[in-house]
Amino acid sequence: MTRSCKLAEIAKTIRSKNAGVDKITFDVIFPDRAAYDRVRKSGVLSHEAVCGIFGIDAAQITDHVEFDPALAIKFTIYRRIPSGSPGDADIFGSQQYGPLLDIEIIAG
Amino acid sequence: MPVSIQYGRSANQTLRIVCPNGHLGFAPIQTGSFCTGCESEPDLICADSGSCDVGPGPLGADISSSPIQWQVDDLEQMLLASRRLGVPMIIGSAGDTGSNSRVDLFVGIICDLARKHGLPAFRVGYFYSEVSKQALRRRIAAGDEIAGLDGRPALDHSTLDATDRVVAVAGIHPFIKLLGEGADIIIGGRSSDCAIFAAPAIRKGFPEGLAYFYGKVLECASFCAEPYGAKESVLGEITMEDVKITALLPEQRCTIASVAGHAMYERANPFYEYFLGGHIDMSRCHYEQYDERTVRVTGPNYVPAPDLRVKLEGSGKIGDRYVGIVGVRDPYTIANIDLVTAWAQRQVVERFGDRGYELHFTIYGRNAILGDREPVKATPAHELGIVVQAVAPTKAMAEEVCMIATRQMFYARLPEVKGTAGGVAFLLDEVVPASPAYRWTLNHTMRLDDPLELFPTFVVEAGV
Repeated sequence: MTRSCKLAEIAKTIRSKNAGVDKITFDVIFPDRAAYDRVRKSGVLSHEAVCGIFGIDAAQITDHVEFDPALAIKFTIYRRIPSGSPGDADIFGSQQYGPLLDIEIIAG
Repeated sequence: MPVSIQYGRSANQTLRIVCPNGHLGFAPIQTGSFCTGCESEPDLICADSGSCDVGPGPLGADISSSPIQWQVDDLEQMLLASRRLGVPMIIGSAGDTGSNSRVDLFVGIICDLARKHGLPAFRVGYFYSEVSKQALRRRIAAGDEIAGLDGRPALDHSTLDATDRVVAVAGIHPFIKLLGEGADIIIGGRSSDCAIFAAPAIRKGFPEGLAYFYGKVLECASFCAEPYGAKESVLGEITMEDVKITALLPEQRCTIASVAGHAMYERANPFYEYFLGGHIDMSRCHYEQYDERTVRVTGPNYVPAPDLRVKLEGSGKIGDRYVGIVGVRDPYTIANIDLVTAWAQRQVVERFGDRGYELHFTIYGRNAILGDREPVKATPAHELGIVVQAVAPTKAMAEEVCMIATRQMFYARLPEVKGTAGGVAFLLDEVVPASPAYRWTLNHTMRLDDPLELFPTFVVEAGV
């Protein structure tokens, strides 16, 4: 039995970054297999969950993979506008991960 | 456990590369670990100097994103080490954008440094990556589709008209050609990050899959090590069987997690890396801890492309830009901030109509960074910072649009506001000129018959 916790408490790295000029990619990397498996199974970073977090539809997600060698869950979404166009306030895409930190993973 | 590759080669046939910096000229090389790398028997010193991350401005305006002295300093470190050790030095994507002027700038810096230090004569090879709009127009006219990437439509004439500069992203080919012509120093135009490192390895006969992976893992220098610490050097070694990478800063290590973690950094998918001529499939990569600070990787697979398609990057100017900055502390005004910006916008429309310019309100404290993707909808901060950006065909118009929008927030008419002496707080009672606004107009691919056709190469002598 594990207690409920936030993603920021059990992930080692949670980051976002440009993947080219039209996409932003998110990496959630875990310190060990147990944490990685727990979050994978919880579904809190599933396709549907990611759509819900950012209020986007599934077509906006271009890639969504589990990357075992790095114990990581990774997904990539289209930008609202290309990097650095007027109105874009995150040219590197480096602060888009904020909403992931507080995701609740329920006790299990 | 074997001795670290830092202290000696792990096989008979190897090629060792030190990478001191993942974006040369953007933040200075840390010299301690670079010196260690230079003492570790490198066969080459290589670094990438470019990135799209700096936004479309530098390519469009044909400038670098950092002061020239930073670029001179990094190039000086690498050049002096390269000449002292007698090993080639390769730079890709010169000066952030890899445009022709940035290549010329770097070649000039190298020649100046050679004179300054009285270096014995050496050969500087370089290549250009710019593509003329005329050449692209001819392609479109001939019905040769310039295909959009990442959901973009195929290139059309109007998008091309709105473009100021285009670079093509080179593969290994111009680097290999210049190495073959005896270049001691290579300054590349825009090029794939991994090609800078893969080129010398492939030229020496190492397997392509390993060679491209070698480039992929080395190109960001210490980003593949932990704990986090940028701009530190790393040392790579490729053999016929594997790639090894080691951290050179004593406090850093390459671990399976750090190297695999880096394999997915800033790319949409961790399993594939595309470049001119094909891609590598990393889905069967095997990572193992070779020694305490070194990781060994096997299994990347090279997949040649059925036809050659080169990536094109283009940037076009939208207009001149002014910026205004205001703050809000009144909770009622904060709750009704959209009415405030709408009021200000209406005043601009009354003066200029609703077309022919851009006006953006970026509301820090609410959703500046994520925009409508921000899930926190209901709890703005107790104070807001609003950045007003106006983009227009002339500086004078941009200034006026920005001034109207900024100042009219001060006069916004909210029915129940208590404070009637000014709706916002000015940081500056002025609007300030910013760099012109550009946008990425091209993120496309184009068919090539010859991987060198867009990348003319040259060799000049430097030194004394």
